[in-house]
Formats: sequence, C-alpha cells, structure tokens
Amino acid sequence: MAKTYQKPNYFDRIRGDFFSTKLDASMTIVFGLLAAWALWNLVNWGVLHAVWSADDRALCGHGTEGACWGVIDARWRLIMFGLYPFEEQWRSAIACIVMVIVGVLSCVPWFWNAKRLPVLWISGFALFYGLMRGGFFGLTPVFEQNWGGLSLTIFIFASVSLIGMPLAIVFALLRRSELPWIAHTMGLIIDTIRSLPLLSIMFTFAIVLPFVLPGWMIGDKLYRVIVGYALFFACYQAEIIRGGIQALPPGQEEAAKALGMSYWHRIGYIVLPQAFRNALPPTINQFVITFKETSLVVIIGFFELLASANAAYGTSEWNFAHIEVYAFVGLIYFIFVFALSRYGAYLERRLAVAER
Amino acid sequence: MHSLLRNKTFRDTAFQVGFVGGLILMIVVLIFTARTNLEAQGMTSGFGFLERATGWGVNFSLIEFTTSDTYLKVIWVGILNSLFLGSISLVLATVLGTIIGVMRVSGNRVAEMIGTTYVEIFRNLPLLLQVFFWYAVLTSLPRPKEGISLFDVAFISGRGMYFPGLNVTGGSVFVMFIGLFAAIALTIWLRMARRFRRMEPATKKSRGRLIWMVFGVFAVVCMWAGRIPDTDLLSIPFLKGLNYREGVRVSPELLTCIIGISIYGAAYIGEIVRAGFNSLSKGQGEAGYALGLSPWQTFSRIKLPLAIRAVMPTLINQYVWLFKSTTVGIAIGFVDFFMVISTSINQSGQTLELIAILMGGFLIINYSMAWVLNRVNDAIALKGSQLRV
Repeated sequence: MAKTYQKPNYFDRIRGDFFSTKLDASMTIVFGLLAAWALWNLVNWGVLHAVWSADDRALCGHGTEGACWGVIDARWRLIMFGLYPFEEQWRSAIACIVMVIVGVLSCVPWFWNAKRLPVLWISGFALFYGLMRGGFFGLTPVFEQNWGGLSLTIFIFASVSLIGMPLAIVFALLRRSELPWIAHTMGLIIDTIRSLPLLSIMFTFAIVLPFVLPGWMIGDKLYRVIVGYALFFACYQAEIIRGGIQALPPGQEEAAKALGMSYWHRIGYIVLPQAFRNALPPTINQFVITFKETSLVVIIGFFELLASANAAYGTSEWNFAHIEVYAFVGLIYFIFVFALSRYGAYLERRLAVAER
Repeated sequence: MHSLLRNKTFRDTAFQVGFVGGLILMIVVLIFTARTNLEAQGMTSGFGFLERATGWGVNFSLIEFTTSDTYLKVIWVGILNSLFLGSISLVLATVLGTIIGVMRVSGNRVAEMIGTTYVEIFRNLPLLLQVFFWYAVLTSLPRPKEGISLFDVAFISGRGMYFPGLNVTGGSVFVMFIGLFAAIALTIWLRMARRFRRMEPATKKSRGRLIWMVFGVFAVVCMWAGRIPDTDLLSIPFLKGLNYREGVRVSPELLTCIIGISIYGAAYIGEIVRAGFNSLSKGQGEAGYALGLSPWQTFSRIKLPLAIRAVMPTLINQYVWLFKSTTVGIAIGFVDFFMVISTSINQSGQTLELIAILMGGFLIINYSMAWVLNRVNDAIALKGSQLRV
C-alpha cells in the first residue's frame, strides 16, 4: 500500500521550525541561549530574589540582587492618583475606570456611528470630569492643581481626543476645499505644525500665549496645554482623514453629486463614513502615539503618571528603587498602549479580509 | 441681494476672503495684544538681545563657549548639539532597526520572537519614560573610583564614559566628520544611483577606492593641521584623584539621549524594514536561488536593495519624526536647541522672539532634511513602467 501523507509529528515540526538548515540551527542555539540567559536573569531579579513588602525595606538596597517591589507597595497611591486628597481617591479610581470603559465600548462596532460615538464620549467625559472635580451631591470639590497620576494622564488624553477629532475633520475638509486660497492656507498651517516638535507647541501654549492673548482668554495653564496638544493632534489626524478620503474612488462623490445631494449630505453620508473606515488603522495608531506622548507634559510641569513616578522614588527612603518604579509605570503604559495597538492590528486584518 | 448670494463666484470669493482675512485679523489682534502687554510690563521687543552676553554657561558644547559669549552663539551651540545628537541617534537607530527588522523576517522562529519582543516592548513605552529610565541607570553606576574599566583605556562610571581621544581641536574633527559623511554619501551615490548603472564594475570599484583614498589623505591632513601643540597625539583617560583626566568624556546626559532615542527609533525602523521585506514578491528571492546565488548573496544583492527602495519614503518621514523627538533631552538636562531656547527665555525674558527662532529653526532643519532625503530617494528609485518589486 502506498504511503499516504502523514501529519508531521511533534519532533519533525520542531526540526522544521528551528533546525531546518545549519544556519538556522546555529541561529536557534545562539539566540536561544541569549534569550534564556536574559529571561533567567529577569526572573531571578524580578521574582526569585525580590522583596515584596514595604515593611521589609531594610532587606533591599545596596548589595542585594533582587527587585524591591516594596516601593510600589508603599507608593502606589502616589503613582496612581498624585496629590489627589487621600479620602477622595476612590473618586479618581472610578473616574479612570469610567474612561477605560468608554474606550473599550468605542471599540465595539455598534458605536461606530456619527451619533452614538460622540454621545458615548461626551457623557463619559462629563462623568469623569464630574467625579474628579466634585462640588455637587456632597462631593468635596478638588481643583485641577491637585489632580495627578494616571487620572491626569487619562484626562489629558481624553480631552485631547475629544477636542482634536472634530477639529481634525474640519481641517481635513478645509484642506480638501475646492477654493484654492482656503485649501492652501490650511495646507500651510497643517504642514507647519506637523514639522514642529510637540514639546515646542506645548511650551508655546503654556508660556507664550499669556503674552499674546487678552486677559479673559488666558485660562488655566493645563487647558492651554491641552488646546495646544489638541491642535497638534488635529493636524496629524487631518492628514490621516485626508488620506482616507483620497483612497475613495472619485465615483462615490460624483455619484452623490449626480443625485443632487448637498455638500453636507455628501460629506456626512457618503465621504466621511467610508473615509473613516479606510483610515481606521492609522487613526488607532495616532491614538497610541497620542497616549504615549501625554507623558511630555511632565516637562511643562504637570504631575501626571511619569512625574508621580519620579516623585515616588524621589525621597531618600526609596531613592535606590528607580528601576522598580519605572518598571511599574512602564507596565501601566504598556497595558494601555499594547491593548490599543493589538486592537489596531486586529482591525487591520479584519478590514483586509473584508476587502477581498 | 438674494441673487448675489446665489452667485457661486461671489460666494466662493466671499468664503476665501473671510477665511484668510479672519486668520490675518486674528494674527494682527494677537500682535497688538502682545505689544500692549509687553509695554505694560516695560519689556522691549526686537532681536537686539542676540548681541548681548549670556552670563550663563552650557555643560556640553561642540564649539568653544564661555559665559561672556552672545545669545546668538548659544543658540548656535544648541542647534549644533541637536544636529550632533540627531545624526548619531539616527545612524544607530537605522543600524539596530535594520538588524531587528531582518531578524523578524529571517525565518528563524527564535530570532523572530526576540525581534517581536524588542519591538513590542520599546515601541509601546513612551520615549520620555525610556529616557528617564536610562538616565537613572547611567547615573547610578559606580563612582569614578570604582568605575568599570575596559582594558584600562576606556572607563564607564556614573559621571559618564571616558574614551581615548586625539589631542586635536574640535574644529578639525568637525571638518573631518563632514569629509567622512561626504565620502559615505559619494560611495552610496556611486553604488546605487541610476546615473552609474552602465559603468564597468571594475571602474566602479576603482572609483570607490579613489574616494576613500582621498578621504584618508584628507583625514590625516585635518588631524595634522588641528594638533594641539606640546601634547601627545593620543590622549588616554586615567584615574587621578576623584575623577578621570584626559581622554574624551561622554556625559551621562548625551549618552542617555543617544541610547534612548536609538533604541526607541530602532523599534519603529525595525517595523518599517520588516514591512519593506514583506512587500517584496516571493519570486525575487526564488529567482536569486534559481540562479545559484547563496542565501547571503540573495539577501544582500537582491532583497536588501529592493527593500531599501521600497521603504525609503516611510523612512524619510520616520527620520524627520525621530529628529523632532531629540527635544526630550531637556527632561534630563541635555543642552539641545530646545533647552537653549527655554533657558534663554528664562534668563532674557525675550519670549516671543526666542519662540520665533525655535519654530523657524525647526522648520528649516526639518524641511531641509526632508528635501535632502527626498533627493536621495529620487536618485536611487527604480524607474520604468514594468517594475515588479
């Protein structure tokens, strides 16, 4: 009887994947040993020899080879909530959870709609702001100066997205305008802002605007920085949306014109929904970058997640524990950013399947 | 009136005049408010302060700088430092990124896993966090007395790294590096540009050798002309008292910025390189094997040149973006363009003028960088309508 195809057994599969040629085998061995060594050291440092409790502070410090997670045990409230009053920190925690839920819900396709998504975000943001700020239902008012840690990071990110997105749509439409003066002026503004570093924009809005604005328009420094960041976000996002619009076959808009639809109907019902669908993966990527770069406000002097991390090991009590603190804060950033970027990659695959 | 509003030409003109006029009006209002605000505070505007002495120093400078030098010079110091940091970091990020990208398409599972882990970790953490982390690590290294010694000629300590160096003036080193860049650029041009495609390989090789010989002579002349008199040509660091003497010191700030930006940038460039290799059609590599080329030849002669051409436009954007991110240096006290401007604002109070210089400087640097790289892209791009990359 002729031998039929046999499913390769476990051993053959491993040989095919890792040791198919001499070069492959030697690479596997070299890189494998390297990775195993790094992993072993990491586990040794982070788990096996680690000190877990704040009470055992005396055990860690110089000369020990383990991580000192006690600093997180002692300082996690400072890292998460900054200078928010201790008794009220539950509000800050709930506010963060609300915003995370809003973020998760906006990944559900049912919400991808010009009515539902804004309602979701505005109501979520209002709830967040109300919880943080207080001043009603017997909640003690807590002003923006005392906000800090993760909740300030989330606040900046959410407000930048909320202001920046509508602005981006306006910018993209203006840049695509048929009127040359409007299109060129908008193009000049967008290209100029895009070629400047975000830090210099934030700095300008924080330091320079008070000089050039009339007194009643100046507002709090935090909100000025947020507006500057939103403008920066809008310029990048406008180019992404414009890319999405340009990827549409011109027949779509021409057909709408031929049907006698007005400009706003064409934009709102034909162009933008399809453009957003095209632009979804880069948009998610833009959100990822925006979330990461909220950390830059630390340089302007705000007490967000990264600044509170610096403060957490800033005292003489824990001054040796910088790696542990940065690892913890890095993990928080990583969870948010990794989840978002994986979601973006998933969407990209899903859209690619739909295209076929 | 009604018919006028329905006239398309009139409406369009009105929209445009309204939009541009509104913007101009806004700028004029801002300028006038600024003028009244500044007058109320008794500050003078104008660029006259650039000629004044700063009265403060910088801790890292490629050119001679003292506290009695002018603001103009300190800004120039900042720009040079930014360009210096940017060029080193971009080169390192490209090298590391290419390695990571190639690892991810190498077909070896373990290498792919390491590459993926690298990209996912360093791309998903904020650059500023990474910079703070490296700075904390580098400054908590042992003091010079217990510093790590590499063969007794280079030292690593919490005060920075010390390398052996040459006793020559900074200017001549700078000129030599310009020569080095020119030689590298000429070589790449010779190798990849369409203009030389029909040249004989032997002629090409000898031209390439000629470029490097000229550069060698040029470098020796630079070193000889820039020698500091009455010193040994080679300066090797050694421990004396509490710190090292002689040699070249790389401060922890500069080192942190270089490490942080290269590692962060490499994660992005690695992804771009991987996308470039994945965009090549399978037939390209298979054709190479069918012709009897070895895996290395197929990689270096067929896949890599095609991949570089495929990713060049994306890479240009990435370079401009990475260069902008050198501004994070201010967080740890590296004296770059942005930090110089920010310190000058604190010291001189000439906020508006300095911000204008900052923005103008970045616009010029970024646009010229994009322009040069786009010319490179045009020079190496494959032309024709029958391309199957």
